[in-house]
Amino acid sequence: MSPLTPPFNEEHEELRSSARGFIERELTPHAAQWEEDEWFPNEVFTKMAAQGLLGLKYPEEHGGQGGDYLHEAVLIEELTRIGSGGTAAGIGAHVNIATPPIWKFGSDEHKRNYLRAAIRGEKIGALAITEPGAGSDVAALRTRATPVDGGWVLNGEKTYITNGVRADFMVTAVKTTEEGGHHGISFLIVERGEGVKSSALHKLGWRASDTATIAFEDVFVPSENLLGAEHEGFKLIMANFQWERLAMALGAVGAMRVAWERTAEYARERNAFGKPLSGHQAIRHKLADMATSVYTCQCVTYDALRRFVNGEEPLKEVSMAKLLTQRASFELMDECLQIHGGAGYMREYWVERAARDARLGPIGGGSDEIMREILGRVLAL
Amino acid sequence: MATAESVLKPDFAAKRKHFIFNHEHEALRESIRNFALKELAPHAAEWEETTFPNWVFTRMGELGFLGLDKPEEYGGQGGDYFSAMVLAEEIANANCGGLAMGVAVQTDMAMPPILAFGTEEQKQEWAVPAIKGEKILCLGITEPDAGSDVAGIKTRAVRDGDEFVINGSKTYITNGHRADVIVLVSKTDPDAGYDGFTLFLVPMDAPGVIREKKLQKLGMHASDTALLAFQDVRVPASAMLGQEGRGFYHIMWELQGERMIGAAGCVSGAQKCFDHTLQYAKEREAFGKAIGHFQVIRHKFAEMATKIEAARQLVYMTAWRFANGEYPVREISMAKLYSARIACEVADECIQIHGGAGYMREYNVERVWRDMRLNRIGAGTDEIMLEVIGRSYGL
Repeated sequence: MSPLTPPFNEEHEELRSSARGFIERELTPHAAQWEEDEWFPNEVFTKMAAQGLLGLKYPEEHGGQGGDYLHEAVLIEELTRIGSGGTAAGIGAHVNIATPPIWKFGSDEHKRNYLRAAIRGEKIGALAITEPGAGSDVAALRTRATPVDGGWVLNGEKTYITNGVRADFMVTAVKTTEEGGHHGISFLIVERGEGVKSSALHKLGWRASDTATIAFEDVFVPSENLLGAEHEGFKLIMANFQWERLAMALGAVGAMRVAWERTAEYARERNAFGKPLSGHQAIRHKLADMATSVYTCQCVTYDALRRFVNGEEPLKEVSMAKLLTQRASFELMDECLQIHGGAGYMREYWVERAARDARLGPIGGGSDEIMREILGRVLAL
Repeated sequence: MATAESVLKPDFAAKRKHFIFNHEHEALRESIRNFALKELAPHAAEWEETTFPNWVFTRMGELGFLGLDKPEEYGGQGGDYFSAMVLAEEIANANCGGLAMGVAVQTDMAMPPILAFGTEEQKQEWAVPAIKGEKILCLGITEPDAGSDVAGIKTRAVRDGDEFVINGSKTYITNGHRADVIVLVSKTDPDAGYDGFTLFLVPMDAPGVIREKKLQKLGMHASDTALLAFQDVRVPASAMLGQEGRGFYHIMWELQGERMIGAAGCVSGAQKCFDHTLQYAKEREAFGKAIGHFQVIRHKFAEMATKIEAARQLVYMTAWRFANGEYPVREISMAKLYSARIACEVADECIQIHGGAGYMREYNVERVWRDMRLNRIGAGTDEIMLEVIGRSYGL
């Protein structure tokens, strides 16, 4: 792809090449092991922080790099080069969903205590919204914060929480009224401590990520840990949805690009019936089809990104980008697997992992069905 | 269902320009749309039976629509490439695929080689009146035995003193019956492979040019499609367009622009069909409510809207590269491939949503379905696009 594709400029491309260098040197070689371990070490965060990669979009006054969402977008694309969706997800959850609400809604003290430490890689964050009984239907969540002297007491359970085992703090959605619902949800920053119990979940893919169920049993949270306005937590959820989905679309574009490159290389090298796989028309056309899909996803995602950065609130464009890219990515990985044949089915190659990792896309961050519902609403249906 | 999205309501209806277009483009868009809706669309059904009349060209010439991106010195508007995209998109409002195709042959297929490779005399003789809509152009590449495989072209042009004598046949020629001149791809040196092709501007009234028949088609009924024969047609050497032996490369260049315009037409055609069907789904009731409010139908629309938007971004980004002086053959092929496919899929889904009505002529969706099907074949089939894309990676 052309190096200067809007909305990226030369500065972004410089960041891209330095981030890529770091990732391929420091992270990629360990991907297989981390996947096997179902865990990547916490030093990944401190190493990333030392490179300034955990605070690209955050202002310098909080310890960030003073960049913008486009810098972050570059990192998201490049993280796919780790070849471990789970590792990218753990870093992504910290950078793209756990810390943005603190940046946008937090008090100075929150930013000092959590954002700054998170940017330095000293504290790891998670965002805790989903519950066993409330996924896409956020209004149904039940974790209850009961007001007590000087704060709240928290009871309930969160699940599918990325970084849920390792996180030092959890930006947690709770019911602060009996009814809950749109005007009864608040966010609390919950520190790991007494009454907080995490248990890791085993998954189809994203294995290096410590996705967890977190139980809160009579956890005391001081009143100063309220994030944003009381009972108005919905706004906070909403505020970051678009960026989260855009980040997923960017991740898919990055992952598709890498997978395509690797598969094309394999097809050029692997011989069958006396010539390279790529010399067979059916395989060549498959790869051409896949390349078209990558470029299409890139165009849609970059347009939504450009609009997002311009402050257009592109709900429609982001939802479309999310919907299109997640399924396209899974389909592409499946084709990559097919081209690799028997080898594709073996753990030894990266492909089966990529296919498993990609399967989460149409579920996480708002399922395909939810995207279609949103788009239906955009069309007034 | 209470998703978070029901809480915040951004302004969905706000129309947001894409960055490749400016306010002038939007004004042009408005005026072409109005023209197509007022002066063309009312006749669309009739033209499906009769093919569209030649006055469409003169009227469009009068309005300046046939030379939007052509140089002012030849009577064009001197606009940028994006203004040609605007025409390709808005002409879909004529509700007449055959007309859009006939116009595109004039403005974006036959005319660009004349302006790019023609002599001053050739430009004056053909491009200037073509921009005015007074002369109609067609382009002759395909032959009964050579379609995608352009190298298989057999039409021969043999030098005889200061003249060339042309023999052969061309088929599937849009505007072939009404045209005043054909940009003809011929073989001047049968042993030179790709270096043996030469273009000629052959007046359609030259002795020996035979319009053999009007071809009956699945769709695009408003366009006239010809099978042509050339029997000892004599043209002066000055009728040669571009360099002798460079015809293949000239035409490969032309095809890129044609594919872009075709892709843009697919996107807007699909959008138009979508809009029309959306309206229908909001009005048509079944089981006590508008069919669009059933989740399955709503999701069909969400899928279609996403595909159309994806194709649009693909076309716009590729047009942007093209207009910036890149020659992105790979991306153009991708845009053409994807847009043509989704246009067919959207048309088919729109028929499905219309149910029995969709199958009837009256509702116009079946026409779109038939018209759109050509796009996966014309200007390079899906398979050729895949071949071009695959080869562009050295595969």
